[in-house]
Amino acid sequence: MGRVTSNVLDSTAIERALVRIAHEIIEANKGAHDIVLVGILTRGDVVAARLADAIEAITGTRLPVGRLDISFYRDDVRIQAAPQVHRTDITFPLEGKTVVLVDDVLFTGRTIRAAMDAVMDFGRPAAIRLAVIIDRGHRELPIRADYVGKNVPSSVSEKIRVQLMPVDECDSVDIVNGDDTDASPVDAGGDT
Amino acid sequence: MFARHNLLTIDDLTNAEIEQTLSTAQSFKEINEREIKKLPTLRGLTVINAFFEPSTRTRTSFEIAGKRLGADVINFSSSGSATAKGESLADTAATLDAMACDIVVVRHRYSGAPALLAGRMRGHIINGGDGMHQHPTQTLLDLFTMQEHIGTVKGKTIGIVGDIAHSRVAGSLAPALKRLGATPVFIAPPTYLPAVPEELGAEVAYALDDILADLDVVYLLRIQGERADGRAVPSLREYATHFGMNRLRMERLGAGAIVMHPGPMNRGVEISADVADDARCVVLDQVTAGVAVRMALMYLMVGGGTDVAAT
Repeated sequence: MGRVTSNVLDSTAIERALVRIAHEIIEANKGAHDIVLVGILTRGDVVAARLADAIEAITGTRLPVGRLDISFYRDDVRIQAAPQVHRTDITFPLEGKTVVLVDDVLFTGRTIRAAMDAVMDFGRPAAIRLAVIIDRGHRELPIRADYVGKNVPSSVSEKIRVQLMPVDECDSVDIVNGDDTDASPVDAGGDT
Repeated sequence: MFARHNLLTIDDLTNAEIEQTLSTAQSFKEINEREIKKLPTLRGLTVINAFFEPSTRTRTSFEIAGKRLGADVINFSSSGSATAKGESLADTAATLDAMACDIVVVRHRYSGAPALLAGRMRGHIINGGDGMHQHPTQTLLDLFTMQEHIGTVKGKTIGIVGDIAHSRVAGSLAPALKRLGATPVFIAPPTYLPAVPEELGAEVAYALDDILADLDVVYLLRIQGERADGRAVPSLREYATHFGMNRLRMERLGAGAIVMHPGPMNRGVEISADVADDARCVVLDQVTAGVAVRMALMYLMVGGGTDVAAT
């Protein structure tokens, strides 16, 4: 992992961002009914679970949380080495629901494009929204997030590292130097 | 990471790559249970099923696997093809290569035919069964099915019963099992055994009844009528008496043990009708696994990336 150049969000700021996004989702939907959260693997599932906690704390309603692996929907299957495939787990119907896709970092938008295709193969939701902790710009597709924890203008060579409890030891979002990208494990979260 | 350009024999895959294929196949199996079974993963790619020997289940399985991944699948069979007009395998390879196909599945009655094609084509070659040599995708689906029913194969005893010497199914399954820590045992009359069974990593037993209770899997091979003409075994009926799986033998099977068969089954020869329909006979699970495993293999091969495409 590269050298940490600056901290973007500490644990207090992450918690505050999650609670704010939770409020925004409830406000836009006028309540917590007919919403399902779907986290994009890996890390998006962790964010989704934390978001479900925050919404439950506010409304008393526990939203269904699913996990989505988008490997088979990537547009770079032939360019990039096949990553470890994780298990997609959406055990509830999506028909007529508002699906809030959840990821840690929004970057090119290609992951979200793939995730929307994957969600459509599970059913026909009433709407799909997007919630992310970090929007770092550099979009390659006409995609934007509905709920954003923080906009972080970044250079393409930088990497955003997102650490979230309980899968990491702390809550923290940092910009790290991208000069030794090979050292960062695929699972470490961040740019997708 | 998975970095195989071709799959010619099961030995091409490391243990880690076998594990990766099986765990990826698990995801595809779940997709195969969905209402919408189609994925865009291999969109734009062309898969050719080059079957120089008749086959229904393997060809159909590869065809479904390719189509569910969004590839265009073309079936090419020897009857009515240029092969029947005398074209050499090398020329057929060059022709298929000139049509720029991305994955070629080869089934041939001559051992080594897929290897010959692999040296002459840019696309990925998958051995769909060659002569008496190997049938690696059958092995992968067999391992997947075993894992589903008996857990890890490590430490388990798998009896392979039948015409081992002529079987490409046994030829790839036994060495893979051995490598993964299982004990494969060939159970057959001596006339059906290969000259050196140990070369395939297997032990040998001559009487099914002696070892039946110790087996975690009874893997029955199809007995081909034309090879039971009185030279290898006196008659199909005598084979069934000594080596066929029937209701009496099922009663002596250990707890949790299963019966497998690569198909097509000869009811009344290697497997009796009631055993074929028994819940412990997992033949249809093998067929289901076949599609998922072949999807996983094609996905991993193509996803291997540009670094191997040049080879």
